[in-house]
Amino acid sequence: MISLTIPIPKRPTHPTGIWNWLTTIDHKRIGILYGVTAFILFLTGGIEALYMRAQLATPEAEIVSPEVFNQLFTMHGTTMIFLAIMPMGTAFFNYIIPLQIGARDVAFPRLNAFSYWTFLAGAIMLKSSWFLGGAPNAGWFGYAPITGVPYNPGHGIDFWILSLQILGIASLAAAFNFVVTIINMRAPGMSLMRMPLFTWMTFVTSLLLILAFPVITVALIELMFDRFYGANFFVPAAGASPLLWQHLFWIFGHPEVYILILPAMGIISEIIPTFSKKPLFGYPVVVLSGVVIAFMGWMVWSHHMFTVGLGPVANSVFALTTMAIAVPTGVKIFSWMGTMWRGSIHFSTAMLFSVGFVALFIIGGLSGVMHSSAASDAQQQDTYFIVAHLHYVLFGGSIMALLAAVYYWFPKITGRLMSESIGKINFWLTFIAMNLTFFPMHFTGLDGMPRRIYTYGTEMGWDLWNAVASMGAFLLAASILVFMHNVVRSYRKGEISGSDPWDGRTLEWSISSPPPEYNFAEIPVVETRDPFWAQKRDSVATARVGGGSGEGEHDIHMPQPSYWPLVVSIGLLIGGYGLIYNVAVAVVGGAIALIAVYAWSFEPVNEPEEH
Amino acid sequence: MLEAGADPHGENSEHTTTGLNHRKLLMWAFLGSDCMFFGTLIGTYLVSKGRSLVGPYAVDVFDIPVTSVSTFVLLMSSMSMVLAYAALTRGSLKGFRIWIASTAIMGMTFLSFQVFEFYEFANHEVHFKCSTPISDLTEHERTFIDKCAGQDASHEVEEQHGLTPRTNLFGTTFFVLTGFHGAHVTLGVVWLLSLLFYSFRGGVTAKRNLDVDLAALYWHFVDVVWIVIFTVVYLFGVFPGF
Repeated sequence: MISLTIPIPKRPTHPTGIWNWLTTIDHKRIGILYGVTAFILFLTGGIEALYMRAQLATPEAEIVSPEVFNQLFTMHGTTMIFLAIMPMGTAFFNYIIPLQIGARDVAFPRLNAFSYWTFLAGAIMLKSSWFLGGAPNAGWFGYAPITGVPYNPGHGIDFWILSLQILGIASLAAAFNFVVTIINMRAPGMSLMRMPLFTWMTFVTSLLLILAFPVITVALIELMFDRFYGANFFVPAAGASPLLWQHLFWIFGHPEVYILILPAMGIISEIIPTFSKKPLFGYPVVVLSGVVIAFMGWMVWSHHMFTVGLGPVANSVFALTTMAIAVPTGVKIFSWMGTMWRGSIHFSTAMLFSVGFVALFIIGGLSGVMHSSAASDAQQQDTYFIVAHLHYVLFGGSIMALLAAVYYWFPKITGRLMSESIGKINFWLTFIAMNLTFFPMHFTGLDGMPRRIYTYGTEMGWDLWNAVASMGAFLLAASILVFMHNVVRSYRKGEISGSDPWDGRTLEWSISSPPPEYNFAEIPVVETRDPFWAQKRDSVATARVGGGSGEGEHDIHMPQPSYWPLVVSIGLLIGGYGLIYNVAVAVVGGAIALIAVYAWSFEPVNEPEEH
Repeated sequence: MLEAGADPHGENSEHTTTGLNHRKLLMWAFLGSDCMFFGTLIGTYLVSKGRSLVGPYAVDVFDIPVTSVSTFVLLMSSMSMVLAYAALTRGSLKGFRIWIASTAIMGMTFLSFQVFEFYEFANHEVHFKCSTPISDLTEHERTFIDKCAGQDASHEVEEQHGLTPRTNLFGTTFFVLTGFHGAHVTLGVVWLLSLLFYSFRGGVTAKRNLDVDLAALYWHFVDVVWIVIFTVVYLFGVFPGF
């Protein structure tokens, strides 16, 4: 008989310091890791944007070369989408979802750690391209055939492909985890239609991820075969369809847009009811709208391709489906306004950011409806008008909501309140700077200024609005500095918040801040929507939430830390670099990952207890 | 005592909201994702179909009887997978080992056929008699018709003209699609063999059968994907009218 006794290093049981963070599988710690890492990457994406705005501030500037400019806009887009907004959303999924559904962790704690480390590996890989011969330069959408070897011989695109593959693995692992967690780990009584909106939107987002990411994975694999092995997927000279990449990319890319915005809508749907002291107006309709947006998100991808000549029938169909998506989106906006209507509104910083989100998202939504009309889009395609639109929905939308989320959940995570006075400065500065930066782009866009140009002549008449936009961008950077100051200051000496500073509605506010490692001493029983709110208002206690003697702390068995998720991710990172530089290294990386996967599979979630 | 996260053995399902085991749900979610993976590969194949500028094409290289045999073997392996799981839940560890080993062997047989097929395609020879009526020649063979110039009718044209991922769009899309399916089968075989070894260490028993259940789900899925590939790529590729 074969004995499989591999000398496995002793499992980390109660590590401290750095090992604690490297081997943790606690969803709260992983959430913090995600948040901090994503914020640092957000800053790098912001610096890339500032370089571009400095270059465009004056006509015919020579701050960066055209080659570097191409790399800047590619890295800015890729970074903000895959390394900033998505993982910041994942940070809150990690920290908040188990708390909102009354669970002690996610369904697969080690897989969760693996998601984080793999995300970090992908981020390192993408960002290191700046120092290894040049960053990718074909836009975040990387249209083939311009990404083919004949037009793009350097390693930049290789870094882009492989880092996106690694990030895809991370995102998929996280999405599987959250789907299972939300379906399977809800507290007793928490039926689907009693779930908090943020949990609902996380669920919908995760389903979108599960179905959309394989499409880009395959497209990237195909591009990889073209680049590494001389295959013909995207080689028009061999008869390949020059539109195939665009279709595959946007079949992924449009659901991706909703992957970026639905978590934001979930956050807003938590904050607005809390600070209006009213339940969310039309809860079932808001849930349904989110689901409908996700579903219809699959039917609109060709609106990114109105000008490639798909013909009037295809253009009309995609124009109509795109316009139709405005309906469920509008429903949500009216629900948020209906929630605020006659509520006793408290304009905390989180609420200000949320209301700011609604206002800015409406502007972005309206310009979106403008270019859903194929005829009108022909005038707007590839101009700064599109840049204005996408920044109103991604900055005005996603980032504003994520900042709101930080102000809202910071007390839960740290036990301290963020400064409201600095917060108000932060909000107004962000709100004004954001409009100063992106609103002028509507004008330059309609005036014909193309996207992705590195400079322009003064005779074009775009000087003024570009100068204003650049000024706004640096002001926006200042507002982010104010935000960072507030976070650091409040973390050190913010006012102690207590467990429920906002008179919250959902289960996370029923436990102490920061929550104990096991979250809930006793798993709550849910009998209504907004269970914690109901419990506080109703002396008959319609919900039995929090508190309770229950089992003592020592009776709760939490899953133990593990080295293996980290090792698998390191293997993937080595494998990624290996595929670019040396196949032998790639094989070593693959072997490390494989061995670690085996060790992981045979490692029990909990070691048998020592007596 | 409520266990946080997945329970240590993955077998207790009473603590989950739906009663379904976490890992089983994960497997279904993964298979849904994998559907999109193969859907995109097959979509690429279909979009690129008929766009190759040079041969050989599907009709030149495919040998339907041979691939039918390997397809049959793969489908039968699904049956033996069912029998392996059934034997295990019945409590027959011996039956389980026999059936899971035969599933793995049939998987390896399928892979051998695939390696053989890839090798044959890569070394494909154009071979026809100059007396053959031109309407009976494939489009690819006709491009070699000038080799008959000045030869008598009994002359046979023999040209080495292999199909690789670089040759044409058909080669690219065919090899990557079927190659990724083969990679899935390979992973499945490794998984099955791991379970076989694991059963000798007491890791698989009549009550601890979830690992086998999950492997079976994966294995059946990979088989179903092959049915689609065999139909869409092989049968539609050779028989006119599709």
